[in-house]
Amino acid sequence: MRRLISNASLVLTAVAVLALGSLSWAQVTKAEEDQRLNMESHIGQLTGHAMAAKGSYRRYCLGCHGELGDGEGENAQWIDPKPRNFTLGIFKCRSTTTGTLPLDSDIYNTIGRGIDSSNMPSWNPLSAQQRADLVAYVKHFSARFVTEKPGTPIEIPKEPELTADRLKTGQEVFQRVECWKCHGPSGRGNGPSAATLTDDQNRPIVPYDFHDGTRFKCGTTDEDLYRIFMTGLDGTPMPSWSDNIKPDEAWDLVFYLRSLQPMKSKEKELARQIGLKPGAPSAAAAPAPQQ
Amino acid sequence: MSAFRNAIVGSLLLVLFSTCLVDQAHALPAFARKYGLRCSACHEAWPMLNYFGQKFKDNGYQLMNDRDSPIWQSNGYWPMTIRITPSWHRESTDKVAVDQTGGQQRITAHGFDVGGLDMLTGGTLDKNISFLFVLSSDENAQFHFESVNARLDNLFGSPWLNIKMGKFELDNIVSEKRGLTLTANGGGFQLYHFVPVGDNNFFGAIGDNQFGLEWMGHSANDRTRISAALLNSSDGNVDLPGSNTYTGFFAGSQAFDVGKLGTQRVGFYAMVGQAPTNFLTSGGPEFPIAGGGFGNKSFSRYGFNGIFYLDKLDFQVVTQHGSDNAFFATSTAAPGPLPAGARSATWNGAFVETHYVYNPQLIFIQRSEWIRMSQQAIPGTPSNLGNIDNYVIGYRYMPFMNSRAGFAFHNEYSWIRQRGGAPDGSDLTSNSLMLGFDFDF
Repeated sequence: MRRLISNASLVLTAVAVLALGSLSWAQVTKAEEDQRLNMESHIGQLTGHAMAAKGSYRRYCLGCHGELGDGEGENAQWIDPKPRNFTLGIFKCRSTTTGTLPLDSDIYNTIGRGIDSSNMPSWNPLSAQQRADLVAYVKHFSARFVTEKPGTPIEIPKEPELTADRLKTGQEVFQRVECWKCHGPSGRGNGPSAATLTDDQNRPIVPYDFHDGTRFKCGTTDEDLYRIFMTGLDGTPMPSWSDNIKPDEAWDLVFYLRSLQPMKSKEKELARQIGLKPGAPSAAAAPAPQQ
Repeated sequence: MSAFRNAIVGSLLLVLFSTCLVDQAHALPAFARKYGLRCSACHEAWPMLNYFGQKFKDNGYQLMNDRDSPIWQSNGYWPMTIRITPSWHRESTDKVAVDQTGGQQRITAHGFDVGGLDMLTGGTLDKNISFLFVLSSDENAQFHFESVNARLDNLFGSPWLNIKMGKFELDNIVSEKRGLTLTANGGGFQLYHFVPVGDNNFFGAIGDNQFGLEWMGHSANDRTRISAALLNSSDGNVDLPGSNTYTGFFAGSQAFDVGKLGTQRVGFYAMVGQAPTNFLTSGGPEFPIAGGGFGNKSFSRYGFNGIFYLDKLDFQVVTQHGSDNAFFATSTAAPGPLPAGARSATWNGAFVETHYVYNPQLIFIQRSEWIRMSQQAIPGTPSNLGNIDNYVIGYRYMPFMNSRAGFAFHNEYSWIRQRGGAPDGSDLTSNSLMLGFDFDF
């Protein structure tokens, strides 16, 4: 009987310790949560407030991104690619250098534009203020936004004029830095590494098929495309090539990739005129990209 | 009596409490199931659309990403939704003619019941080709086509070119088809169906779906919307029951961001048409010969509307000026003769529906509606004959919110008075009380 009581005491003590521990954890989390709910965003003249976005997040975002912002909403299991885990503070679409936090305007633009090839729609019917508030709310999920500043936006030189030489150089860059390993020799997203790619949470991810899409994950313009491979898409296998490709070459690559897309474009027309076809990979070794 | 009242109150509280305990489930209406979005993403409270939902509809039930075409869906996906509302309701009318005792008396009926069933399927047939099909029944399971239409979206890549043909909901930013009220006296908008006393024009019902062809255009973010539709003058009935006449419906609106208050929208609508007042069959439109109506006369309905947000409050405002030709207004088959001095009947009306969205799962509703005759068809008729006052209050509580199904505990009370509407010519008032389980899947 005494042994039974002793065992019971042990169990009760353990439960009490666990309960106190969880209470302590909860208090810290709550305090952090409260502090982070004071988070603001600044986009031009707009100031967003995380506290003001609680309702909007619940209405529009929670189903996929989850109550905790961890990308584990009730719909996440059905969605491919998976919703972003905001707690990591890692974002694909940035104007800032790889590994750094995005600007508030980067997140704002993503919310308004949506992300092509995913379930993330364009939320531009929401008011500018609602979107600014949501930016602050998205930031509040990650401690990175408390301890770090956003990175420096990359500089994008003026777009040069399209020429046949530039188009050919773009194709050479595509081969030299081995874009084809993931995106495929002809840019169809079927490179030899495509099947092995995973994101930063070890989930399978597919490379972009340039022949299928008219838009990119992070925008539709030539500048957006330039920005994508010079900043990289953090959280995915797409690295930043800013240390390996010169700005001029980056524009050449933009022109070449445009020529692969299905819609009519001046690049596509020029490629047809000069007989440029998506080429087989060259044997040239690629420099290691910046991670 | 007190015990009985306590039992009723206790039962209602039990019902409310039990709905609060419902756990989150995973099941959903068609569009949310396709896109993995919660009902609340598109609906302020279903079925009322918010701005995101309106844009989704205006894009032809597309999010405009690369997954709109059905080829992206699992073969097992069938975009089908059903909606029905079992309820307890009480209807009371103060002056009903009875022949057993003679005269008129208040009649009250209450009990458990069920509303009609909606079976809805819609979505895309291919990228930028969409459809909607709604089969609806009354409470006796008599079905009819509520909506049947197909739409060519974003023609030439422009959101300003969308063409829809079939039977469809009129492009009205405050749509009765998406109303949040359900009672017999408050479920519809009086303004969208109003005809003066003695008027037999049933062709101008803005609240009803109509057959026709619609062009609709909108800006990329849906802030600007405009549409024009050519409709049969048949009030949405099949087999061309009227004459070969048409009605035009035009609508436009512009939304503005007003800082922290939200996005405000103002717009207009106009319905102008002709319809028959005489028929080749003695039963009139009840027993039609297709194309057998004649004696076409005109009618019009037009006004301003708006949706205004004040944080968690929103106001839907609709005004209307209506006019029916004297032949309609006096129920006279053209070419007549008209009663002496007969003229067009005209009226003005408005309603304000307010929603307080406590959170996406709990919404409080009120609607106040007034219609005033501005000109009676027959001189000497009391100027207020037919005037309507209608008030509705209620709430909808949705115990769960996900992308699979919808359930709302719906509680509503409505009251309506029509001047001179009683059998003896005095005012007629009715009220409705409803407690319902409104669900869709």
